[in-house]
Amino acid sequence: MSTQQLQDQVIQVRRDILRMVHKVSSGHPGGSLGCTEFLVCLYNKIMKHDTNFKMDGLNEDLFFLSNGHISPVYYSVLARNGYFPVNELNTFRLLDSRLQGHPTTHEGLDGVRIASGSLGQGMSVAIGAALTKKLNGENTTVYSLHGDGELQEGQIWEAAMYAAGNNVDNYIATVDYNKKQIDGATDDVLPLGDLKAKFEAFGWDVLEIHQGNDIDAILTGMADAKNRTGKGKPVCVLLHTEMGNGVDFMMHTHAWHGKAPNDEQLANALAQNPETLGDY
Amino acid sequence: MKKYIDQGKKDTRSGFGAGLAEVGKTNENVVALCADLVGSLKMDEFIANNPERFFQMGITEANMMGVAAGMTIGGKIPFTGTFANFSTGRVYDQIRQSIAYSDKNVKICASHAGLTLGEDGATHQILEDIGLMKMLPGMVVINPCDYNQTKAATIAIADYKGPVYLRFGRPKVANFTPENQKFEIGKAIQLTEGNDVTIIATGHLVWEALKAAEALEAKGISAEVINIHTIKPLDKEAILNSVAKTKCVVTAEEHNYLGGLGESVARVLAQNTPTPQEFVATNDTFGESGTPDQLMKKYGLDDTAIITAAEKVIARK
Repeated sequence: MSTQQLQDQVIQVRRDILRMVHKVSSGHPGGSLGCTEFLVCLYNKIMKHDTNFKMDGLNEDLFFLSNGHISPVYYSVLARNGYFPVNELNTFRLLDSRLQGHPTTHEGLDGVRIASGSLGQGMSVAIGAALTKKLNGENTTVYSLHGDGELQEGQIWEAAMYAAGNNVDNYIATVDYNKKQIDGATDDVLPLGDLKAKFEAFGWDVLEIHQGNDIDAILTGMADAKNRTGKGKPVCVLLHTEMGNGVDFMMHTHAWHGKAPNDEQLANALAQNPETLGDY
Repeated sequence: MKKYIDQGKKDTRSGFGAGLAEVGKTNENVVALCADLVGSLKMDEFIANNPERFFQMGITEANMMGVAAGMTIGGKIPFTGTFANFSTGRVYDQIRQSIAYSDKNVKICASHAGLTLGEDGATHQILEDIGLMKMLPGMVVINPCDYNQTKAATIAIADYKGPVYLRFGRPKVANFTPENQKFEIGKAIQLTEGNDVTIIATGHLVWEALKAAEALEAKGISAEVINIHTIKPLDKEAILNSVAKTKCVVTAEEHNYLGGLGESVARVLAQNTPTPQEFVATNDTFGESGTPDQLMKKYGLDDTAIITAAEKVIARK
């Protein structure tokens, strides 16, 4: 898949995110838009995965979304990559939908292997899956994505200590490093300090992708991350992103973390991202 | 009345250790995780036999629950081990989201439950864990009564697909159920036949109930003792069949009366056949330091308390 094709999917996923949250006047567009390029690259170019979904995921790479509130981008990327019909995006957050506000296995949505939403749990789950892959003798990689604000949860650091102490080196944890959370800048809410130094001090191999919304930068950075697996250390990617990326009035603010656009704002946002692969 | 013989006092946690060692031999998907309490959980034999399938987690209980959930993806059957308090209250949200709501095949194995942990006191005792776990949709809750039954339960849950909370204890107690028994999840066991009162007990209180039944027999009262090792799913039929005959019931458990076995039984009775019931349980309180025997006596969790409750409930018929 070419960079242009990836970019086309990015634009379409942005449209999906905006239309999903607009329809139900709820959900989390900011972080979703900030991670769109990353998830599009992950599912199209980086992971070896099978859209004929099986919970055990044997002999394929696995992805765990720990910051479950960015479900809109997750659902759109799963649907656009063939895990379930794109039209089902129309049911996001509605009664009887498989597309719950936060991702869950409970309603049997293909592509999802764990519930997330209550923060800080996904790193432990990903480590567990990575340990099972080692026991099963697989040469595959487990990926996870975390919000930077999520790193304020204590369980993350239990997991970080465990993964390094036990050489869980078939695992790449990515941090959506947008430096914003619901109540404001992470520096104002609870400063994260030097994240790179923190993960390194815990024994991880850390790399940064400074242009976390640039497809080529993501592909290069994640290839580097993949090359660092299998060398005794878990790998952490600090993915510098812009919350609300691709919609000018949603960028450079934390205001759109968990707020849906109104009709006028939606029209404006969609006009900035003309249809590429067809709306659902 | 049928008599039961103590084959020699043993701790239920050792029954867990023996059962885990057994499933370690027979099921290669079984893995064990422990949060720095290997000796207390009696996991040594499993570890010696299967070092590659044992995961020392350190003191990271929350992480342990998440790792266990993740390990099921790819077919492993994780048994987690720590004290009951650190297996439930400390990690409730991790169990709720990553295990129960995600329907993961994790066996949460909890030792040192209730007061009989003893001298460590209330920070390490827990009298709320049955309530916490039974409220989680899809969670099976098991509290076996002695060494043999705990071993059998440990073996049985490896074959059951879905989350299970297995609760056992520290003190050496009477071992009176058959060796190598078949353990049926959700199937109550009638230990004695009686007409005057039903005593429904779980865990360490089952032996106390048998002692109470013997004393009651001497007073001319015939008690039917039922061992409810599975609190969820509850064997409603066994309860209703017995109560149809005796018309009154005593429930006995090493747990707070709020949220425990007694409330589950009361709900079944209220919906089907309202029946006088007395609760042998702790009365909305924390525990404290002391020997197991001292604590069970002080908090009214022994045969004497069951006898008093039986006489009281019979008078209410």
